[in-house]
Amino acid sequence: MADQNPAPETVHVTIDGMELDVPKGTRILDAAAMAGADVPHYCYHPGLTAPAQCRMCLVEIEKVPKLQPACVATVAEGNVIHTQSPKALEARQGVLEFYLVNHPLDCPVCDQSGECKLQDYTAAEGRAIGRSLEPKRVLGRDDFGGDVLFYADRCVMCTRCVRFMREVAQDERLAVVQRGHRAVIDTFFDEGLEGNLWADNVVDICPVGALVSKDFLHKARAWDLDRIPSICPNCSQGCNVRLEVRDNQVMRLKPRTNEAVNSHWMCDYGRLNYEWINRGARIEAPLVRGEDGALAAVSWSDALTRLAAALRGASGPSRAVVSPFMANEDLGLLRRVMEATGGGSGVYRCPTGEEVVLPGFPTLALRTDRAANPAGAELFGFTRTGGADGLGGLETIGGDGGTLWVLGDELSDAPADFGASAGVFVYVGHFLSPAARNAHFVLPATTFAEMEGTFTNVQRRVQRFWPALQAPGMARPAWQILGVLLAGIADAPAIATASDAFASLPQFGGLAWAELGQQGAPLPSYAQAGD
Amino acid sequence: MAYPYTHPSETRVISRYFGDPEARTLKGWEQRGGYQAMRKALGMTPEAIVDVVKASGLRGRGGAGFPTGMKWGFMPKKAPGTPHYLVCNADESEPGTFKDRELMRWTPHALVEGCVIGAHAIHAEHAYIYIRGEFFEAAQIMARAIEEAYEAGYLGKDILGTGIGIDVTLHLGAGAYICGEETGLLNSLEGRRGEPRVKPPYPAIAGAFGKPTAVNNVESLIAAAHIVQNGADWYKQWGTEKSTGTKLFCVSGHVKRPGNYEVPLGFNFKEFIYDVCGGTPDGRPIKAVIPGGSSVPILTGDELDIAMDYEAMAAAGTMLGCGSVIVMDDTTNIVKQVRRMVDFYAHESCGQCTPCREGTAWAAKILRRFEQGRGQPDDIDTLLAISENMSGRTICVLSDAAAAPITSSIEKFRADYEALMAPEPALAGAGLTGAAHGSVR
Repeated sequence: MADQNPAPETVHVTIDGMELDVPKGTRILDAAAMAGADVPHYCYHPGLTAPAQCRMCLVEIEKVPKLQPACVATVAEGNVIHTQSPKALEARQGVLEFYLVNHPLDCPVCDQSGECKLQDYTAAEGRAIGRSLEPKRVLGRDDFGGDVLFYADRCVMCTRCVRFMREVAQDERLAVVQRGHRAVIDTFFDEGLEGNLWADNVVDICPVGALVSKDFLHKARAWDLDRIPSICPNCSQGCNVRLEVRDNQVMRLKPRTNEAVNSHWMCDYGRLNYEWINRGARIEAPLVRGEDGALAAVSWSDALTRLAAALRGASGPSRAVVSPFMANEDLGLLRRVMEATGGGSGVYRCPTGEEVVLPGFPTLALRTDRAANPAGAELFGFTRTGGADGLGGLETIGGDGGTLWVLGDELSDAPADFGASAGVFVYVGHFLSPAARNAHFVLPATTFAEMEGTFTNVQRRVQRFWPALQAPGMARPAWQILGVLLAGIADAPAIATASDAFASLPQFGGLAWAELGQQGAPLPSYAQAGD
Repeated sequence: MAYPYTHPSETRVISRYFGDPEARTLKGWEQRGGYQAMRKALGMTPEAIVDVVKASGLRGRGGAGFPTGMKWGFMPKKAPGTPHYLVCNADESEPGTFKDRELMRWTPHALVEGCVIGAHAIHAEHAYIYIRGEFFEAAQIMARAIEEAYEAGYLGKDILGTGIGIDVTLHLGAGAYICGEETGLLNSLEGRRGEPRVKPPYPAIAGAFGKPTAVNNVESLIAAAHIVQNGADWYKQWGTEKSTGTKLFCVSGHVKRPGNYEVPLGFNFKEFIYDVCGGTPDGRPIKAVIPGGSSVPILTGDELDIAMDYEAMAAAGTMLGCGSVIVMDDTTNIVKQVRRMVDFYAHESCGQCTPCREGTAWAAKILRRFEQGRGQPDDIDTLLAISENMSGRTICVLSDAAAAPITSSIEKFRADYEALMAPEPALAGAGLTGAAHGSVR
């Protein structure tokens, strides 16, 4: 892009003593960030319009009489800007003190504590001792409907939530009512935010503990959470998220910014649908059917040696049922194993629902396919079967003879004798369902939350996720299991890492692992069409 | 007996027909030379009107004193298809001000004329008169005058066959002080919350409905009509070099003859209060005077020997503002008056900017404590710090306006505050060490 267009016009500015050239029209707040200066702010949010009303981001510009709001003021040639000068600091201290005149300071019981901008800024540069002697104004709490609870006394009136509902959700359900110090955020009607799929984003963008999630309420302290970059698994949009984890349990999902996919947002369906990731009763050891016909736990080397031997004896094309919740690498390695053992075909089943677009960022939608990776399944040659509920369609596949692979699909709706008459039935998955018990080999795989790997989203963008939870027992990533197996049955190099697995799959069309980063990259064959 | 009070020292140009009910009607207005200025203006080019108003030195009468002609000159070149708007600010919400109300009550056609002239000067096809919600009578009179003007062909698509089309719409506010701030007014006019906008862009670039707009005070537009009719030099015969012409002053408080008086700018303030307004009713000494509406710093009774013009008032550390003089004699409890003003600002703050939203309410609470004789040793310093943090830090100047009476009253009447200290501090030592952000009752 930069090659084709003339270089943008730049201006030379000095920010906190650092001289730099920035594009003309850059807001001072962004220019300061380029110079490494974090200008405190509340009302400004990069995904919303800037009302310049919190007055936290006031900075001093030499030769300009008044302090200027860095969120709307743009750089001009020769500006000498101070974000930390006594004047700017004093202004921020004044604003912070104003916020605390009526703030309840209930940090010990506030969910936002530890990730609260009022706390952070006050600790960093606020007055040590407040001067207000007056009784505080008390407004109380309000149930805003949906997952959102409102603690009015903690509110800093930045109006981000109002602007999100107006500008991005385009469903004006929040408003500022009253004015002056009596002003408060409120809903219009009894249902409040109930029924709006995007409402929980107001919790994310609330800089303080005024808007909190009922689902997360008092569940964990912010400082006890580990935050791992991941991909929302609940639809094919592939929103960039963080899995926020405590005690090996996912506590909540939060969006990560990615302008190519989800901007700063994610839907409530995806966000609140995480309990399944924490589901227990997992398969914790490789199980192999013994002479007596019963499954018995064995070591990995034992299991894979015996599986390799069994596959060498098998003949004819194999069949597979894969899950669209499995990683590209899992699906790709299975395809490679199948190809190394006489080829074959496979299906996947995907639950679906109604698509709901976010009006203010229409490339983001809760997609019809309610799984992370149907595009990945297609990429590796698996075809869709079953109904809109992601069930059925397995009538012929469990049939007689041959090799049957099941990867990740729990087979919750399969008949009790599913796969019982297959020559070799290998079940690589998470839960020992009745149908899975028919397998000759039951191999415990990790979920996306426990491993490294990638998903391909609906726009054919390949995006990485990282391990957030410890895998139960001996469970291993399916790509690793299948990679080791492949090395045993074919003359293939061992697959040791997710990047090895990725690099071994030609279906990515030359896309390099290193290109993915934390923001992903489109498949080369789609990149042209996409851009 | 004339309109409540008049005085021989007055120069009644725009207030000449105050108290004359016949001037309200179209017929009466025409008999008094009405609509001649408009006829003349429609025969001039817009640029010529802007030039004569610029030359007259007329400064905006709404309070800020920005030259009217220059404001019109900031309007961009008329582009086909882009409407321009003239908005007449008739919100007159500054406490102590009642000049625009009287102008509209007695000479509604003067404002219609002023609107047509102003609109023509800036290439506007539509003028809105945003009138304060409480001005029921003035609004009725204005509505009738506009109706008459339409019937007579003074308004409409083709005014008097000149091919110039200007509509005037009267719009009633809903009673918010902040809607007198020009961008808050524009938001209110558009049906949004009355919250001032961040500038730039200024209204001349993106005003009403995002289109180029000039916002002018009632008195400015009416004065502009006189200037167009009589010329810049005629207007400059009154006033000083930089503050030309006559101005209406609204006097209230402890004076014998409160009311509206029109005098040339530069008139001696002391003479104005003691002679024109008759001094205090019982002859008591004057303790304090607010010279330009509640938003400006207070003067003491000893500081009155100054000229009533923009420059002299600024030199005295205050502002001419919109010319609303509030006189207080020595019986006045200054702290109570300041508390009332600050309560007003706390009530009227739109609530957007933190320093204003929180600062006005906090300062009002402290002042109330003083009023009840419960001042604390650190309170005066706290009030000054709050005022400092409220000044120059917000989108509009309501916050500065609330701070001005606090700081000027402490500066000039500190003893009044000190007399209202609690007999014993609420907290021993009063330093509150360790009681971070605590509260005491």
